[in-house]
Amino acid sequence: MQFSKTLMLGATVAGLLTTGFAVAQEQYIGLPSYRVGAYAAGGTALYGGWIDYMQMLNQRDGGVGGVKLTWEECETEYNNARGVECYERMKNRGPTGNTVFQPLSTGITYSVLDRVAVDKIPLVTMGYGRTDAADGRVFPWVFPLITTYWSQNTAKIKFIGQQEGGMDKLKGKKIVNLYHDSAYGNETIPVLNAQAERYGFTIVHIPVAHPGNEQQSQWLRIRQERPDWVILRGWGVMNPTAIRTAARTGFPREKIVGVWWSGSEEDVIPAGDAAKGYIAAGFNVAGKNFPVVQEIEKHVYAKNLGNMEDKSRVGSVLYNRGVVHGIITVEAIRKAQEKYGTGKSLTPEQVRWGFENLDIDEARLAELGAEGFLPPLKTSCENHEGSGMVKFQQWDGTRWNVITDWIEADQELVRPMIEASAAAYAAEKGITPRDCSKEM
Amino acid sequence: MLYREAGQFKASYMQDQQIFPIRQDQIGFWAMIAFFFLVVPVIANQYWLQAILIPVLIFSLAALGLNILTGYCGQLSLGSAAFMAVGAFATYNFMLRVDGIPFIAALLLGGLCAAAVGILFGLPSLRIKGFYLAVATLAAQFFIVWVLVKFGWFSNYSTSGVITAQAVTIFGYTFTTPESKYLLTLSIVVVLALLAKNMVRSSTGRKWMAVRDMDVAAEVIGIRLMHTKLQAFAISSFYCGVAGALYAYMYLGTVEPEGFNLDLSFRILFMIIIGGVASILGSFIGAAFIVLLPVFLNIMMHSAIGAFVPANVAANLELIIFGALIIFFLIVEPHGLARLWQLTKEKLRIWPFPH
Repeated sequence: MQFSKTLMLGATVAGLLTTGFAVAQEQYIGLPSYRVGAYAAGGTALYGGWIDYMQMLNQRDGGVGGVKLTWEECETEYNNARGVECYERMKNRGPTGNTVFQPLSTGITYSVLDRVAVDKIPLVTMGYGRTDAADGRVFPWVFPLITTYWSQNTAKIKFIGQQEGGMDKLKGKKIVNLYHDSAYGNETIPVLNAQAERYGFTIVHIPVAHPGNEQQSQWLRIRQERPDWVILRGWGVMNPTAIRTAARTGFPREKIVGVWWSGSEEDVIPAGDAAKGYIAAGFNVAGKNFPVVQEIEKHVYAKNLGNMEDKSRVGSVLYNRGVVHGIITVEAIRKAQEKYGTGKSLTPEQVRWGFENLDIDEARLAELGAEGFLPPLKTSCENHEGSGMVKFQQWDGTRWNVITDWIEADQELVRPMIEASAAAYAAEKGITPRDCSKEM
Repeated sequence: MLYREAGQFKASYMQDQQIFPIRQDQIGFWAMIAFFFLVVPVIANQYWLQAILIPVLIFSLAALGLNILTGYCGQLSLGSAAFMAVGAFATYNFMLRVDGIPFIAALLLGGLCAAAVGILFGLPSLRIKGFYLAVATLAAQFFIVWVLVKFGWFSNYSTSGVITAQAVTIFGYTFTTPESKYLLTLSIVVVLALLAKNMVRSSTGRKWMAVRDMDVAAEVIGIRLMHTKLQAFAISSFYCGVAGALYAYMYLGTVEPEGFNLDLSFRILFMIIIGGVASILGSFIGAAFIVLLPVFLNIMMHSAIGAFVPANVAANLELIIFGALIIFFLIVEPHGLARLWQLTKEKLRIWPFPH
């Protein structure tokens, strides 16, 4: 049964590929996925969701603007050197080369950062990667789309302010930032400090050494500090451990706010009942009751073409994040087709223009069947982030419930920091920032 | 038949002490050098240069460094990646803070910084041995990465502790093309490998091996243990440091401290175990094996069965085959792949009359 199914799947995929080659109207997307190793749970769901979305478009609409989407996976194992090899291997595949590179790993992002500008391939990092790349004048080829770590952090403080009944109520409060002691974890400390100064709350930074499967001392310290809120900036096994230890030391889970890499089913289910009430940010929400996910079930899973072996993971946070990757990538291709013509394969350089001129408003989201699924997005030459909005979800023991509307980041605070950091990078590397008034 | 040394007489000490005493080996060696310097840059495409050859060369150098310490001097170390990080970050800081410093000078200074740190973390080796020493070097691994993230000065206050390699210019020529980067890497690796080869067959190397084989006996015959062990740590870390700097400047361009994690240290250790402990050639073979085999398997899987098997299964199958092959080679030849080559050579010398 299983065998015949895989055989059928294989035959269909092979068929798709051959017809694709025969017509030659295809848009090639190289997927540097990771399906083994410590982060396999994330990789399978994310790339699965992304592939399913593209498969759905191929099945339902025959691709985008008459161009079939084709893709190929390359296993990176979340390892920088392997990621570079995948990048180099895939960059010249397909009729026009690799359309876009999205490694889902900050390490690999850094490793290919210099290469994409030379090879003219857009590098898209949604919700991770280099924050100051949001300044498109210095980083024309890099797109940290939707929201960066810094933006997200200001949204989180706003959320806490809302819960307290206004930003002025933050004065005198105490917030603990429990972070993964790595580049990823350290990245938000300056933003939090700036906000603490502005709103008058106290911030206490407590590091957790990798991998973070023992946090007794940290949580004892949190108990001594008696904070009003705890921000959990965790990664992998650190998240369920934090939640479980919080439960043991009696810290209310409703007062813990996680980042989006701490807010998937994979983070809370291992913590069991202890996770009930835990809140996490996300630039996409969980659940199947969105037309876009239902379309995937109808056109892909009903035909047994789905990428996920465990179908129950369809609609999970990370799966849906993969769908968001699919939606945004395809929208960029669509946008580029408006300018450069439909019905033919576009070069990565043309698609880059699409990424830079994305305009996915509420109306467009409704058309895509993704209203409330991801925030509206509008990019420009200066702004490669495009949105900065997140929603907050609370875990009720069985599923994530959305508890806020889109909360906007404090761009007033973040943008100057991004520009300063990008300017420092430009000075160090001798890059002259683009003049955006000359871009069209 | 072809590989016969009959008629090759050594008439001077110089000749007797050459690296390759057999003429066929010499010819082979020079042919290889010529091939890699002259032919490869012409025939290899960008993918081969940037994604395969440069990383293999850099990892070979790192494996060489570890081989000096672990293979020749017998001091087990799990800190190679950390010493690479020291090299990379030190070179970066020299380039950044010293105006107009030549790249090669920064690279060597970076290596020397790594050597100094190596000596520091080598001190416990005077008291502890074997697995216990491995634990002490593990401390280096975690401590160094932590320091690089913790203190912003090392990364010029980048918020995420990431450094971006500056452009490399030597005598007015800027190394930007893959060919030029490959040639520069190759030159540095060849020079350092020849140096290592000469070190291990001189009194320095003999002292290391004496300490490795039995340190009490070595001490009795007059070898200063402290001096010898710390020297091995310094030289090994220097090699790792230069490899780390090349990793940043010639290969990735932008590196983060987490890139030099324990995982990388283990990979370098596996390289010398697979390639051959206490063998210069083994460092190269091991690095090639560990870097290339997963890539080769991935490509094979995609073209052979990729269309018929779910991606999850294919990805895990690659790892299983990779692991199985390592076990297979270790059973067939516990002394590493370099030993296989040595055996082949011995057989060839008497072929076709084995008795």
